[in-house]
Amino acid sequence: MGMTITEKIIAVHAGKEKVVPGELVQVTVDVMLANDITAPLSIKELEKRGIATIPYPERIVLVADHNTPARDIPSAENVKLMREFAKKHNIPYFFEGGNVGIEHVLLPELGLVVPGDLVIGADSHTCTYGALGAFATGMGSTDLAASWVLGETWLRVPESLKFVLSGERHPFVTGKDLILFIIGEIGVDGARYCAMEFEGPVISSLSMDERFTMTNMAIEAGAKNGIIAPDEKTLAYVRESGALRQPRIFTSDPDATWQKVFAIDVTKIEPQVAFPHLPSNTRSVYSIPKIEIDQVVIGSCTNGRIEDLRMAAKVLQGRKVHPRVRLLIFPGSPKVLRKAEEEGLIRVFLEAGGVIAPPSCGPCLGGHLGVLASFERCASTTNRNFIGRMGHETSEVYLVNPYIAASSAVAGYITAPDKL
Amino acid sequence: MIRGKAVVLGDNVDTDGIIPARYLTSTDPKELAKHCMEGLDPHFLERITPGATILVAGKNFGCGSSREHAPLAIKGCGIVAVIAASFARIFFRNAINIGLPILESEEAAFRIREGDMVSIDLATGEIHNETTGEVFKAQPFPPLLQEIIAAGGLMNLVEKRVRTNS
Repeated sequence: MGMTITEKIIAVHAGKEKVVPGELVQVTVDVMLANDITAPLSIKELEKRGIATIPYPERIVLVADHNTPARDIPSAENVKLMREFAKKHNIPYFFEGGNVGIEHVLLPELGLVVPGDLVIGADSHTCTYGALGAFATGMGSTDLAASWVLGETWLRVPESLKFVLSGERHPFVTGKDLILFIIGEIGVDGARYCAMEFEGPVISSLSMDERFTMTNMAIEAGAKNGIIAPDEKTLAYVRESGALRQPRIFTSDPDATWQKVFAIDVTKIEPQVAFPHLPSNTRSVYSIPKIEIDQVVIGSCTNGRIEDLRMAAKVLQGRKVHPRVRLLIFPGSPKVLRKAEEEGLIRVFLEAGGVIAPPSCGPCLGGHLGVLASFERCASTTNRNFIGRMGHETSEVYLVNPYIAASSAVAGYITAPDKL
Repeated sequence: MIRGKAVVLGDNVDTDGIIPARYLTSTDPKELAKHCMEGLDPHFLERITPGATILVAGKNFGCGSSREHAPLAIKGCGIVAVIAASFARIFFRNAINIGLPILESEEAAFRIREGDMVSIDLATGEIHNETTGEVFKAQPFPPLLQEIIAAGGLMNLVEKRVRTNS
Protein backbone atom coordinates (compact mmCIF):
# COMPACT_ATOMS: atom_id res chain seq x y z
CA MET A 1 0.00 0.00 0.00
CA GLY A 2 1.35 3.43 -0.97
CA MET A 3 1.61 6.58 1.10
CA THR A 4 0.32 10.14 0.78
CA ILE A 5 2.71 13.06 0.54
CA THR A 6 1.93 13.93 4.17
CA GLU A 7 2.71 10.38 5.34
CA LYS A 8 5.96 10.32 3.36
CA ILE A 9 7.25 13.57 4.87
CA ILE A 10 6.34 12.42 8.38
CA ALA A 11 7.95 8.98 7.80
CA VAL A 12 11.24 10.52 6.64
CA HIS A 13 11.33 12.79 9.68
CA ALA A 14 10.49 9.86 11.97
CA GLY A 15 13.30 7.78 10.48
CA LYS A 16 10.78 5.16 9.38
CA GLU A 17 10.07 3.37 6.10
CA LYS A 18 6.35 3.74 6.54
CA VAL A 19 3.80 5.38 8.79
CA VAL A 20 0.04 4.85 8.92
CA PRO A 21 -2.76 7.21 9.97
CA GLY A 22 -3.44 7.17 13.70
CA GLU A 23 0.14 6.21 14.57
CA LEU A 24 1.96 8.46 17.08
CA VAL A 25 5.51 9.22 16.00
CA GLN A 26 8.46 11.25 17.22
CA VAL A 27 9.78 13.46 14.39
CA THR A 28 12.72 15.80 13.84
CA VAL A 29 11.66 19.33 12.96
CA ASP A 30 13.26 21.54 10.28
CA VAL A 31 11.67 24.87 11.20
CA MET A 32 10.29 25.90 14.60
CA LEU A 33 8.37 29.17 14.45
CA ALA A 34 6.80 31.49 16.99
CA ASN A 35 5.54 35.07 17.03
CA ASP A 36 5.26 37.94 19.50
CA ILE A 37 2.05 36.50 21.01
CA THR A 38 3.18 32.89 21.36
CA ALA A 39 6.98 33.09 21.79
CA PRO A 40 6.86 34.95 25.14
CA LEU A 41 5.04 32.00 26.76
CA SER A 42 7.63 29.57 25.39
CA ILE A 43 10.57 31.73 26.46
CA LYS A 44 9.22 32.31 29.97
CA GLU A 45 8.58 28.59 30.40
CA LEU A 46 12.20 27.76 29.51
CA GLU A 47 13.62 30.54 31.64
CA LYS A 48 11.45 29.62 34.63
CA ARG A 49 12.93 26.12 34.51
CA GLY A 50 16.48 27.30 33.95
CA ILE A 51 16.76 25.45 30.64
CA ALA A 52 19.51 27.37 28.87
CA THR A 53 20.62 25.02 26.09
CA ILE A 54 19.04 25.61 22.69
CA PRO A 55 20.85 23.12 20.48
CA TYR A 56 19.51 24.12 17.04
CA PRO A 57 19.18 27.93 16.96
CA GLU A 58 19.30 28.03 13.15
CA ARG A 59 16.04 26.08 13.00
CA ILE A 60 14.17 28.61 15.14
CA VAL A 61 12.33 31.51 13.51
CA LEU A 62 10.92 34.35 15.62
CA VAL A 63 8.66 36.90 13.92
CA ALA A 64 7.31 39.97 15.72
CA ASP A 65 4.31 40.49 13.45
CA HIS A 66 1.16 40.49 15.59
CA ASN A 67 1.22 43.53 17.87
CA THR A 68 3.91 45.47 16.02
CA PRO A 69 5.01 48.20 15.63
CA ALA A 70 4.44 47.82 19.37
CA ARG A 71 0.86 48.78 20.14
CA ASP A 72 1.42 49.29 23.89
CA ILE A 73 3.98 48.72 26.62
CA PRO A 74 3.22 45.00 27.22
CA SER A 75 3.57 44.35 23.45
CA ALA A 76 6.89 46.18 23.42
CA GLU A 77 8.05 44.11 26.40
CA ASN A 78 7.11 40.90 24.59
CA VAL A 79 9.17 41.84 21.54
CA LYS A 80 12.05 42.85 23.80
CA LEU A 81 11.90 39.41 25.42
CA MET A 82 12.10 37.77 21.97
CA ARG A 83 14.95 40.03 20.87
CA GLU A 84 17.00 39.25 23.99
CA PHE A 85 16.27 35.53 23.72
CA ALA A 86 17.36 35.53 20.05
CA LYS A 87 20.56 37.34 20.94
CA LYS A 88 21.37 35.12 23.91
CA HIS A 89 20.95 31.91 21.90
CA ASN A 90 22.38 33.14 18.58
CA ILE A 91 19.06 32.66 16.80
CA PRO A 92 19.74 34.14 13.35
CA TYR A 93 16.12 34.43 12.19
CA PHE A 94 14.54 37.07 14.39
CA PHE A 95 12.46 39.61 12.48
CA GLU A 96 11.27 43.04 13.57
CA GLY A 97 11.26 46.64 12.38
CA GLY A 98 11.97 47.06 8.68
CA ASN A 99 12.65 43.33 8.29
CA VAL A 100 9.34 42.11 9.57
CA GLY A 101 6.45 40.83 7.50
CA ILE A 102 3.53 38.59 8.30
CA GLU A 103 5.26 35.33 9.23
CA HIS A 104 3.51 33.14 6.66
CA VAL A 105 4.22 35.60 3.87
CA LEU A 106 7.78 36.15 5.03
CA LEU A 107 9.16 32.64 5.56
CA PRO A 108 8.49 31.25 2.05
CA GLU A 109 9.68 34.49 0.46
CA LEU A 110 13.01 34.27 2.28
CA GLY A 111 13.46 30.61 1.42
CA LEU A 112 13.29 29.57 5.07
CA VAL A 113 10.87 26.75 4.23
CA VAL A 114 11.50 24.35 1.33
CA PRO A 115 9.53 21.42 -0.13
CA GLY A 116 9.77 18.29 2.00
CA ASP A 117 10.32 20.20 5.25
CA LEU A 118 8.55 19.41 8.47
CA VAL A 119 7.56 22.72 10.06
CA ILE A 120 5.84 23.45 13.35
CA GLY A 121 4.74 26.90 14.40
CA ALA A 122 3.07 28.40 17.42
CA ASP A 123 0.56 29.97 15.08
CA SER A 124 -2.44 28.15 13.69
CA HIS A 125 -1.84 29.38 10.13
CA THR A 126 1.53 27.60 9.97
CA CYS A 127 -0.31 25.20 7.64
CA THR A 128 0.27 27.83 4.90
CA TYR A 129 3.64 26.28 3.98
CA GLY A 130 1.88 23.18 2.69
CA ALA A 131 1.63 25.05 -0.63
CA LEU A 132 5.37 24.38 -0.98
CA GLY A 133 4.91 20.64 -0.56
CA ALA A 134 6.06 20.79 3.06
CA PHE A 135 4.30 19.31 6.08
CA ALA A 136 3.48 22.29 8.28
CA THR A 137 1.19 22.47 11.26
CA GLY A 138 0.26 24.79 14.11
CA MET A 139 0.85 23.98 17.77
CA GLY A 140 0.99 25.89 21.03
CA SER A 141 3.77 27.64 22.92
CA THR A 142 4.65 24.68 25.15
CA ASP A 143 5.05 22.35 22.15
CA LEU A 144 7.35 24.93 20.58
CA ALA A 145 9.37 25.37 23.76
CA ALA A 146 9.85 21.60 23.92
CA SER A 147 10.92 21.45 20.27
CA TRP A 148 13.46 24.25 20.78
CA VAL A 149 15.09 22.11 23.45
CA LEU A 150 14.77 18.71 21.74
CA GLY A 151 14.78 19.53 18.02
CA GLU A 152 11.81 17.23 17.69
CA THR A 153 8.13 16.83 18.52
CA TRP A 154 5.44 14.15 18.55
CA LEU A 155 2.74 13.88 15.91
CA ARG A 156 -0.28 11.75 15.26
CA VAL A 157 -0.12 10.75 11.58
CA PRO A 158 -3.28 12.28 10.07
CA GLU A 159 -5.77 10.64 7.76
CA SER A 160 -5.70 12.35 4.37
CA LEU A 161 -8.59 13.92 2.49
CA LYS A 162 -8.06 14.55 -1.22
CA PHE A 163 -9.69 17.44 -3.04
CA VAL A 164 -9.50 17.19 -6.81
CA LEU A 165 -10.42 20.49 -8.46
CA SER A 166 -11.28 20.71 -12.14
CA GLY A 167 -13.37 22.89 -14.46
CA GLU A 168 -13.27 26.52 -15.58
CA ARG A 169 -12.82 29.30 -13.06
CA HIS A 170 -15.18 32.30 -13.00
CA PRO A 171 -13.08 35.47 -13.67
CA PHE A 172 -13.33 36.67 -10.06
CA VAL A 173 -12.92 33.27 -8.44
CA THR A 174 -9.52 33.02 -6.73
CA GLY A 175 -7.76 30.55 -4.44
CA LYS A 176 -9.63 32.27 -1.60
CA ASP A 177 -13.02 31.41 -3.09
CA LEU A 178 -12.01 27.80 -3.72
CA ILE A 179 -10.96 27.25 -0.11
CA LEU A 180 -13.97 29.17 1.28
CA PHE A 181 -16.25 27.05 -0.91
CA ILE A 182 -14.62 23.85 0.38
CA ILE A 183 -14.93 24.99 4.02
CA GLY A 184 -18.57 25.85 3.32
CA GLU A 185 -19.10 22.33 1.99
CA ILE A 186 -17.35 20.34 4.74
CA GLY A 187 -17.76 22.70 7.73
CA VAL A 188 -15.33 24.16 10.26
CA ASP A 189 -14.57 20.70 11.63
CA GLY A 190 -14.95 18.84 8.35
CA ALA A 191 -11.24 18.06 8.17
CA ARG A 192 -10.56 17.90 11.92
CA TYR A 193 -7.22 16.15 12.60
CA CYS A 194 -6.84 15.38 8.85
CA ALA A 195 -4.48 16.38 6.07
CA MET A 196 -6.18 18.23 3.20
CA GLU A 197 -4.40 17.55 -0.06
CA PHE A 198 -5.34 19.69 -3.06
CA GLU A 199 -4.73 18.60 -6.63
CA GLY A 200 -6.14 18.62 -10.15
CA PRO A 201 -5.92 20.93 -13.17
CA VAL A 202 -7.30 23.95 -11.30
CA ILE A 203 -4.66 23.65 -8.58
CA SER A 204 -1.93 23.33 -11.25
CA SER A 205 -3.24 26.53 -12.86
CA LEU A 206 -3.05 28.50 -9.60
CA SER A 207 -0.11 30.78 -8.89
CA MET A 208 1.94 30.14 -5.76
CA ASP A 209 0.28 33.13 -4.09
CA GLU A 210 -3.16 31.61 -4.58
CA ARG A 211 -1.94 28.20 -3.43
CA PHE A 212 -0.66 29.77 -0.20
CA THR A 213 -4.13 31.26 0.32
CA MET A 214 -5.70 27.81 0.04
CA THR A 215 -3.37 25.89 2.36
CA ASN A 216 -3.44 28.85 4.78
CA MET A 217 -7.13 28.26 5.50
CA ALA A 218 -6.95 24.47 5.92
CA ILE A 219 -7.04 25.15 9.67
CA GLU A 220 -10.45 26.80 9.21
CA ALA A 221 -11.79 23.33 8.37
CA GLY A 222 -10.03 21.95 11.45
CA ALA A 223 -7.24 20.32 9.43
CA LYS A 224 -3.82 19.49 10.78
CA ASN A 225 -2.22 20.53 7.50
CA GLY A 226 -3.04 21.50 3.94
CA ILE A 227 -0.70 20.34 1.21
CA ILE A 228 -0.06 20.61 -2.52
CA ALA A 229 2.52 18.45 -4.31
CA PRO A 230 5.41 20.53 -5.68
CA ASP A 231 5.50 21.21 -9.44
CA GLU A 232 7.54 23.46 -11.75
CA LYS A 233 5.89 26.58 -10.29
CA THR A 234 6.87 25.51 -6.78
CA LEU A 235 10.47 24.84 -7.75
CA ALA A 236 10.75 28.15 -9.63
CA TYR A 237 9.40 29.94 -6.55
CA VAL A 238 11.87 28.17 -4.27
CA ARG A 239 14.79 28.99 -6.60
CA GLU A 240 13.78 32.64 -6.67
CA SER A 241 13.56 32.73 -2.87
CA GLY A 242 17.26 31.87 -2.67
CA ALA A 243 16.60 28.95 -0.33
CA LEU A 244 19.76 27.67 1.29
CA ARG A 245 18.54 24.13 1.84
CA GLN A 246 17.80 21.54 -0.88
CA PRO A 247 14.13 20.85 -1.56
CA ARG A 248 12.95 17.28 -1.16
CA ILE A 249 10.13 16.42 -3.51
CA PHE A 250 7.42 14.07 -2.29
CA THR A 251 4.18 13.17 -4.05
CA SER A 252 1.34 10.86 -3.11
CA ASP A 253 1.39 7.32 -4.47
CA PRO A 254 -1.52 6.34 -6.73
CA ASP A 255 -2.38 3.55 -4.29
CA ALA A 256 -2.21 5.74 -1.17
CA THR A 257 -5.14 5.49 1.23
CA TRP A 258 -7.58 8.42 1.37
CA GLN A 259 -10.20 8.78 4.02
CA LYS A 260 -12.31 10.54 1.42
CA VAL A 261 -11.87 11.98 -2.08
CA PHE A 262 -13.82 15.07 -3.08
CA ALA A 263 -14.19 15.80 -6.80
CA ILE A 264 -15.05 19.47 -7.18
CA ASP A 265 -16.16 21.10 -10.43
CA VAL A 266 -15.19 24.74 -9.91
CA THR A 267 -17.24 25.90 -12.90
CA LYS A 268 -20.29 26.34 -10.67
CA ILE A 269 -18.39 28.29 -7.97
CA GLU A 270 -19.02 32.03 -7.77
CA PRO A 271 -17.00 34.49 -5.66
CA GLN A 272 -17.66 33.62 -2.01
CA VAL A 273 -18.63 35.68 1.01
CA ALA A 274 -18.29 34.00 4.43
CA PHE A 275 -20.90 35.58 6.69
CA PRO A 276 -20.47 36.07 10.44
CA HIS A 277 -19.57 34.21 12.56
CA LEU A 278 -18.00 31.15 10.93
CA PRO A 279 -15.74 30.79 7.87
CA SER A 280 -18.05 27.98 6.72
CA ASN A 281 -21.01 30.35 6.50
CA THR A 282 -20.43 30.92 2.80
CA ARG A 283 -22.66 32.29 0.05
CA SER A 284 -22.18 33.49 -3.50
CA VAL A 285 -21.57 37.24 -3.70
CA TYR A 286 -24.29 37.39 -6.36
CA SER A 287 -26.96 35.99 -4.07
CA ILE A 288 -26.62 38.19 -0.99
CA PRO A 289 -28.73 41.13 0.21
CA LYS A 290 -27.22 44.63 0.35
CA ILE A 291 -24.78 44.62 3.27
CA GLU A 292 -23.42 48.08 4.00
CA ILE A 293 -19.91 48.18 5.41
CA ASP A 294 -17.74 50.58 7.42
CA GLN A 295 -14.31 49.11 6.78
CA VAL A 296 -12.41 46.99 4.27
CA VAL A 297 -9.19 45.18 5.15
CA ILE A 298 -6.93 43.86 2.40
CA GLY A 299 -3.95 41.89 3.65
CA SER A 300 -3.13 39.14 6.21
CA CYS A 301 -1.32 35.81 5.93
CA THR A 302 -4.22 34.73 3.73
CA ASN A 303 -4.29 37.52 1.15
CA GLY A 304 -1.35 39.85 1.77
CA ARG A 305 0.83 38.83 -1.18
CA ILE A 306 1.66 40.81 -4.31
CA GLU A 307 -0.99 39.14 -6.48
CA ASP A 308 -3.63 39.98 -3.91
CA LEU A 309 -2.64 43.64 -4.07
CA ARG A 310 -2.66 43.47 -7.87
CA MET A 311 -6.22 42.15 -7.82
CA ALA A 312 -7.30 44.96 -5.50
CA ALA A 313 -5.51 47.63 -7.55
CA LYS A 314 -7.13 46.39 -10.75
CA VAL A 315 -10.53 47.21 -9.26
CA LEU A 316 -9.49 50.42 -7.48
CA GLN A 317 -7.65 51.95 -10.47
CA GLY A 318 -9.35 55.26 -11.25
CA ARG A 319 -12.02 54.77 -8.58
CA LYS A 320 -12.67 56.28 -5.16
CA VAL A 321 -13.43 54.52 -1.89
CA HIS A 322 -17.00 55.17 -0.66
CA PRO A 323 -17.01 58.13 1.79
CA ARG A 324 -18.30 55.97 4.67
CA VAL A 325 -15.67 53.25 4.20
CA ARG A 326 -12.16 53.03 5.64
CA LEU A 327 -9.96 51.00 3.30
CA LEU A 328 -6.91 49.55 5.08
CA ILE A 329 -4.20 47.84 3.08
CA PHE A 330 -1.58 45.65 4.75
CA PRO A 331 1.16 44.50 2.36
CA GLY A 332 2.30 41.15 3.77
CA SER A 333 6.03 41.85 3.86
CA PRO A 334 8.64 44.49 3.07
CA LYS A 335 9.22 42.75 -0.26
CA VAL A 336 5.51 42.86 -1.14
CA LEU A 337 5.38 46.53 -0.15
CA ARG A 338 8.43 47.35 -2.25
CA LYS A 339 7.04 45.50 -5.22
CA ALA A 340 3.65 47.17 -4.85
CA GLU A 341 5.41 50.52 -4.80
CA GLU A 342 7.46 49.69 -7.92
CA GLU A 343 4.38 48.52 -9.80
CA GLY A 344 2.45 51.69 -8.94
CA LEU A 345 -0.13 49.84 -6.82
CA ILE A 346 0.52 51.98 -3.76
CA ARG A 347 -0.28 55.10 -5.78
CA VAL A 348 -3.56 53.50 -6.93
CA PHE A 349 -4.51 52.74 -3.33
CA LEU A 350 -3.62 56.21 -2.10
CA GLU A 351 -5.48 57.92 -4.94
CA ALA A 352 -8.53 55.79 -4.23
CA GLY A 353 -8.45 56.99 -0.62
CA GLY A 354 -6.95 53.91 1.03
CA VAL A 355 -4.65 53.77 4.05
CA ILE A 356 -1.33 51.93 3.68
CA ALA A 357 -0.52 50.16 6.92
CA PRO A 358 2.81 48.56 7.86
CA PRO A 359 3.33 44.85 7.09
CA SER A 360 1.72 43.19 10.14
CA CYS A 361 -1.27 41.14 11.23
CA GLY A 362 -3.03 44.40 12.11
CA PRO A 363 -6.73 44.15 12.93
CA CYS A 364 -7.17 40.58 11.63
CA LEU A 365 -7.30 39.31 15.20
CA GLY A 366 -8.53 42.52 16.77
CA GLY A 367 -5.06 43.56 17.86
CA HIS A 368 -4.61 47.07 16.54
CA LEU A 369 -4.49 49.26 13.41
CA GLY A 370 -8.16 49.07 12.52
CA VAL A 371 -10.18 47.50 15.32
CA LEU A 372 -13.98 47.65 14.85
CA ALA A 373 -16.43 49.59 17.04
CA SER A 374 -19.80 48.20 18.14
CA PHE A 375 -22.08 47.16 15.28
CA GLU A 376 -19.51 48.04 12.61
CA ARG A 377 -19.15 45.77 9.60
CA CYS A 378 -15.99 44.91 7.71
CA ALA A 379 -15.40 43.13 4.40
CA SER A 380 -12.01 41.52 4.87
CA THR A 381 -9.56 39.31 3.00
CA THR A 382 -8.50 37.76 6.32
CA ASN A 383 -9.32 34.24 7.50
CA ARG A 384 -11.63 34.33 10.52
CA ASN A 385 -14.95 35.97 11.27
CA PHE A 386 -15.64 34.64 14.77
CA ILE A 387 -17.59 36.80 17.23
CA GLY A 388 -15.41 39.75 18.25
CA ARG A 389 -12.52 38.65 16.06
CA MET A 390 -11.77 42.14 14.75
CA GLY A 391 -13.01 44.17 17.69
CA HIS A 392 -16.29 44.72 19.54
CA GLU A 393 -18.39 41.59 20.02
CA THR A 394 -21.28 43.14 18.07
CA SER A 395 -19.06 43.94 15.07
CA GLU A 396 -19.18 41.72 12.00
CA VAL A 397 -16.54 40.40 9.60
CA TYR A 398 -17.34 39.12 6.10
CA LEU A 399 -14.54 37.10 4.50
CA VAL A 400 -13.93 37.74 0.81
CA ASN A 401 -11.21 37.74 -1.86
CA PRO A 402 -9.27 40.93 -2.80
CA TYR A 403 -11.47 41.68 -5.86
CA ILE A 404 -14.62 41.63 -3.76
CA ALA A 405 -12.96 43.57 -0.93
CA ALA A 406 -11.89 46.31 -3.34
CA SER A 407 -15.22 46.58 -5.14
CA SER A 408 -17.05 46.62 -1.80
CA ALA A 409 -14.82 49.49 -0.64
CA VAL A 410 -15.94 51.48 -3.69
CA ALA A 411 -19.64 50.59 -3.47
CA GLY A 412 -19.97 50.89 0.31
CA TYR A 413 -21.65 47.50 0.42
CA ILE A 414 -20.47 43.98 -0.42
CA THR A 415 -20.43 43.48 -4.16
CA ALA A 416 -18.38 42.14 -7.07
CA PRO A 417 -16.37 44.24 -9.57
CA ASP A 418 -18.74 43.41 -12.44
CA LYS A 419 -21.63 44.96 -10.47
CA LEU A 420 -19.95 48.31 -9.86
CA MET B 1 -11.37 12.21 41.37
CA ILE B 2 -12.50 15.56 39.98
CA ARG B 3 -15.91 16.96 40.87
CA GLY B 4 -17.85 20.02 39.82
CA LYS B 5 -21.05 21.58 38.57
CA ALA B 6 -21.53 21.58 34.82
CA VAL B 7 -21.47 24.80 32.83
CA VAL B 8 -22.68 24.00 29.32
CA LEU B 9 -21.48 25.63 26.08
CA GLY B 10 -22.34 24.95 22.43
CA ASP B 11 -20.47 23.74 19.34
CA ASN B 12 -17.39 25.36 17.75
CA VAL B 13 -16.38 27.48 20.76
CA ASP B 14 -13.40 29.33 19.25
CA THR B 15 -10.29 30.69 20.89
CA ASP B 16 -11.29 34.31 20.14
CA GLY B 17 -14.39 33.62 22.24
CA ILE B 18 -12.37 31.92 24.99
CA ILE B 19 -9.85 34.75 25.25
CA PRO B 20 -10.07 37.75 22.89
CA ALA B 21 -6.74 38.68 21.29
CA ARG B 22 -6.59 42.09 22.97
CA TYR B 23 -5.65 40.33 26.23
CA LEU B 24 -2.87 38.19 24.77
CA THR B 25 -0.07 40.52 25.78
CA SER B 26 -0.31 38.87 29.20
CA THR B 27 0.94 35.36 29.92
CA ASP B 28 -0.34 35.30 33.51
CA PRO B 29 -3.15 32.71 33.95
CA LYS B 30 -4.79 34.79 36.71
CA GLU B 31 -4.87 37.88 34.50
CA LEU B 32 -6.12 35.89 31.49
CA ALA B 33 -8.76 34.26 33.70
CA LYS B 34 -10.42 37.64 34.29
CA HIS B 35 -11.43 37.65 30.61
CA CYS B 36 -12.22 33.96 30.14
CA MET B 37 -15.07 33.50 27.58
CA GLU B 38 -15.55 37.27 27.53
CA GLY B 39 -16.07 37.18 23.79
CA LEU B 40 -18.76 34.56 24.13
CA ASP B 41 -20.60 35.47 27.32
CA PRO B 42 -19.70 38.64 29.26
CA HIS B 43 -21.31 37.10 32.36
CA PHE B 44 -19.43 33.81 32.11
CA LEU B 45 -17.42 34.29 35.29
CA GLU B 46 -20.66 34.63 37.29
CA ARG B 47 -21.59 31.12 36.12
CA ILE B 48 -18.54 29.40 37.56
CA THR B 49 -17.30 28.45 41.03
CA PRO B 50 -13.50 28.28 41.11
CA GLY B 51 -12.35 24.75 41.86
CA ALA B 52 -15.83 23.30 41.43
CA THR B 53 -16.87 23.86 37.79
CA ILE B 54 -16.61 21.46 34.85
CA LEU B 55 -17.09 22.88 31.35
CA VAL B 56 -19.21 20.75 29.04
CA ALA B 57 -19.11 21.73 25.36
CA GLY B 58 -20.20 20.44 21.98
CA LYS B 59 -18.04 19.58 19.01
CA ASN B 60 -14.77 21.22 17.87
CA PHE B 61 -14.12 22.98 21.20
CA GLY B 62 -11.20 25.43 21.03
CA CYS B 63 -11.10 25.87 17.26
CA GLY B 64 -9.17 28.74 15.71
CA SER B 65 -5.92 30.20 16.92
CA SER B 66 -2.99 28.32 18.48
CA ARG B 67 -3.02 30.60 21.53
CA GLU B 68 -2.18 28.59 24.63
CA HIS B 69 -3.64 31.51 26.53
CA ALA B 70 -7.03 29.82 25.91
CA PRO B 71 -6.52 26.72 28.10
CA LEU B 72 -4.47 28.89 30.50
CA ALA B 73 -7.45 31.23 30.94
CA ILE B 74 -9.79 28.28 31.52
CA LYS B 75 -7.44 26.68 34.03
CA GLY B 76 -6.70 30.07 35.60
CA CYS B 77 -10.33 30.76 36.49
CA GLY B 78 -10.57 27.52 38.40
CA ILE B 79 -12.38 25.28 35.92
CA VAL B 80 -11.28 21.77 36.88
CA ALA B 81 -11.92 19.92 33.61
CA VAL B 82 -13.41 20.28 30.13
CA ILE B 83 -15.65 17.62 28.61
CA ALA B 84 -16.47 18.04 24.90
CA ALA B 85 -17.98 16.02 22.07
CA SER B 86 -14.71 16.75 20.27
CA PHE B 87 -11.74 19.11 20.54
CA ALA B 88 -9.93 21.14 17.88
CA ARG B 89 -6.49 19.60 17.64
CA ILE B 90 -4.26 22.49 18.72
CA PHE B 91 -6.42 23.18 21.78
CA PHE B 92 -6.28 19.45 22.58
CA ARG B 93 -2.47 19.46 22.57
CA ASN B 94 -2.26 22.72 24.49
CA ALA B 95 -4.60 21.55 27.23
CA ILE B 96 -2.65 18.33 27.77
CA ASN B 97 0.67 20.19 27.64
CA ILE B 98 -0.33 22.61 30.41
CA GLY B 99 -2.10 20.01 32.53
CA LEU B 100 -5.76 21.02 32.03
CA PRO B 101 -7.81 17.80 32.23
CA ILE B 102 -9.90 17.25 29.09
CA LEU B 103 -12.21 14.40 28.15
CA GLU B 104 -13.81 13.56 24.84
CA SER B 105 -17.28 12.01 25.01
CA GLU B 106 -20.07 12.77 22.56
CA GLU B 107 -22.63 11.16 24.77
CA ALA B 108 -21.62 13.03 27.91
CA ALA B 109 -21.50 16.31 25.99
CA PHE B 110 -24.99 15.66 24.68
CA ARG B 111 -26.61 14.46 27.92
CA ILE B 112 -25.13 16.64 30.68
CA ARG B 113 -27.22 19.73 31.51
CA GLU B 114 -26.26 23.07 33.04
CA GLY B 115 -25.99 22.72 36.80
CA ASP B 116 -25.68 18.90 36.89
CA MET B 117 -23.15 17.65 39.45
CA VAL B 118 -20.47 15.72 37.59
CA SER B 119 -17.55 13.66 38.83
CA ILE B 120 -14.68 12.36 36.73
CA ASP B 121 -12.23 9.56 37.31
CA LEU B 122 -9.26 10.58 35.17
CA ALA B 123 -7.55 7.20 35.54
CA THR B 124 -10.47 5.29 34.00
CA GLY B 125 -12.00 8.09 31.91
CA GLU B 126 -15.33 7.53 33.63
CA ILE B 127 -17.71 10.49 33.80
CA HIS B 128 -20.48 10.23 36.38
CA ASN B 129 -23.50 12.53 36.22
CA GLU B 130 -24.47 12.44 39.90
CA THR B 131 -27.64 14.44 39.25
CA THR B 132 -29.10 11.87 36.83
CA GLY B 133 -27.09 8.79 37.77
CA GLU B 134 -25.78 8.35 34.23
CA VAL B 135 -22.25 7.10 33.60
CA PHE B 136 -20.24 7.84 30.44
CA LYS B 137 -16.88 6.57 29.28
CA ALA B 138 -14.47 9.04 27.66
CA GLN B 139 -12.08 8.13 24.82
CA PRO B 140 -8.93 6.71 26.41
CA PHE B 141 -5.64 8.56 25.80
CA PRO B 142 -2.74 6.78 24.06
CA PRO B 143 0.25 5.89 26.32
CA LEU B 144 2.40 8.87 25.23
CA LEU B 145 -0.32 11.34 26.21
CA GLN B 146 -0.94 9.48 29.46
CA GLU B 147 2.75 9.95 30.21
CA ILE B 148 2.49 13.72 29.60
CA ILE B 149 -0.64 13.93 31.75
CA ALA B 150 0.93 11.88 34.55
CA ALA B 151 3.98 14.16 34.52
CA GLY B 152 1.70 17.18 34.97
CA GLY B 153 2.45 18.63 31.53
CA LEU B 154 4.93 18.36 28.67
CA MET B 155 7.65 20.63 30.06
CA ASN B 156 8.04 18.49 33.18
CA LEU B 157 8.91 15.57 30.91
CA VAL B 158 11.22 17.67 28.76
CA GLU B 159 12.99 19.05 31.81
CA LYS B 160 13.51 15.52 33.13
CA ARG B 161 14.95 14.42 29.77
CA VAL B 162 17.31 17.42 29.61
CA ARG B 163 18.56 16.90 33.18
CA THR B 164 19.12 13.15 32.58
CA ASN B 165 21.13 13.82 29.43
CA SER B 166 23.37 16.49 30.89
